[in-house]
This record gives sequence, structure tokens and C-alpha cells, in this order.
Amino acid sequence: MLHIINKSPYCNGSFDMALRFALPGDPVLLIEDGIYAGRAKGCSAEKLANALSQHEFYALIADVEARGVKDLNEAVQVIDYDGFVELVEQHKVNTWL
Amino acid sequence: MGEEVKKIMHVVRRPPHGTIYPYEGLEMVLIMAAYDQEISMAFIGDGLFCLLKDQDTTKLEIKGFMKTLGVLEDYDVEQIYVDSKSMAERGLTPDDFCIAVEVLEPDEMGQKMAEQDCIIPQ
Repeated sequence: MLHIINKSPYCNGSFDMALRFALPGDPVLLIEDGIYAGRAKGCSAEKLANALSQHEFYALIADVEARGVKDLNEAVQVIDYDGFVELVEQHKVNTWL
Repeated sequence: MGEEVKKIMHVVRRPPHGTIYPYEGLEMVLIMAAYDQEISMAFIGDGLFCLLKDQDTTKLEIKGFMKTLGVLEDYDVEQIYVDSKSMAERGLTPDDFCIAVEVLEPDEMGQKMAEQDCIIPQ
């Protein structure tokens, strides 16, 4: 199951909730303000680092570049819209609004 | 009409009256239940506050949804799940809720989510 997060980890808890219920091996896609959860700095960076042992993380490049975020954890895979579509084709989706 | 029954889970994450989400979400649950799908609801995070007993919205001059929660059973929506961790974080127990719920550990909830054909966030 693909977990999609579109809110900042500093704002509404969706990052924590998604990680609480994601099963090992589930991929996580960061879009919109969810991009900030992919950073290698800040309070959420350690949570991300821990989660990377169990989940593949993806970040949508349009949203990364739009926000000028240059400090993504290097294990986060940056994908374009085609990559987004591929993920959605391959998995059932659980969106954490 | 011989169509496959889908497992659909509505995930309630917001407290009751600050946004329209729980209201509209509950309406959607009832509409979908009328189509004989296998509907469940998962209450997590602040969504647990939607289940508190004795909510009285008279002074807010809005309908509230206590009565609607009460009829879920009549619509065969009987799989009502609550996240144990969210419950503990908020100092709540099942006795605080206005309907019967099944409390699940996070890994059990994750498994329930994985079994669904579709998850609808609220």
C-alpha cells in the first residue's frame, strides 16, 4: 500500500500517523507540503531516518523544486509525474490528508 | 446486481466540529452503505473525539452527528475501529464513546488498512 503525505510534519501529524500504520515494505510518497518530511534536517529528520529502514521514500520533484528544498535525505528518491503515476498503478493508495 | 462487494474503510482523523470533514464523511459512509459495500470506519488521532458521549451542539446551533453515529449499526456499518495509541494519548477509554468500538493496536490497524480495496481519508 502506497502512503501519500501532503502536509508538513510540523503541522498536522499525518507523517506520524502514516508511519504508525504503514506495514513494513510499504512505500511512502511525499508531495506538496509533505516534501518537508523528506529533509535531512529538523525535528522530523530522525523519524525519517528510522523509517527509511522499512520503507522506500519518494518525493515529487515539482514540489521539491517549487519549495527550494535542497536538503532532502539522500535516500529519498526524487520522482516526476510519470513516476507518481507508476507508483499509483503498482499499489493501492492510502492518502493522509 | 452480482457486482463484487468492495471493502471500503473511512479513516476519521479530525475532531468533530472544527471542520466539515467528519460531518460530510459520515454522510458519505451512510450513502455508500446503502450500496451494500463492506464499510468500516477507523478513528485515529483527534478523530477519536468524534465518538465522545454527550456532545451537545444546541448552543452552536448545528445539528451535530450523535444521532447519525447511532444509526450506523442499522446501516450494517458495524466495523468501527479505534487506534489504541491515539486513545491512550488522549486519556480515553471505550467507556467514553457513544457507540461500541473495537480497539486495535497500530499493527492490527495497519493490517486492516492493507486488506481494504479502498481507503477514504476524512
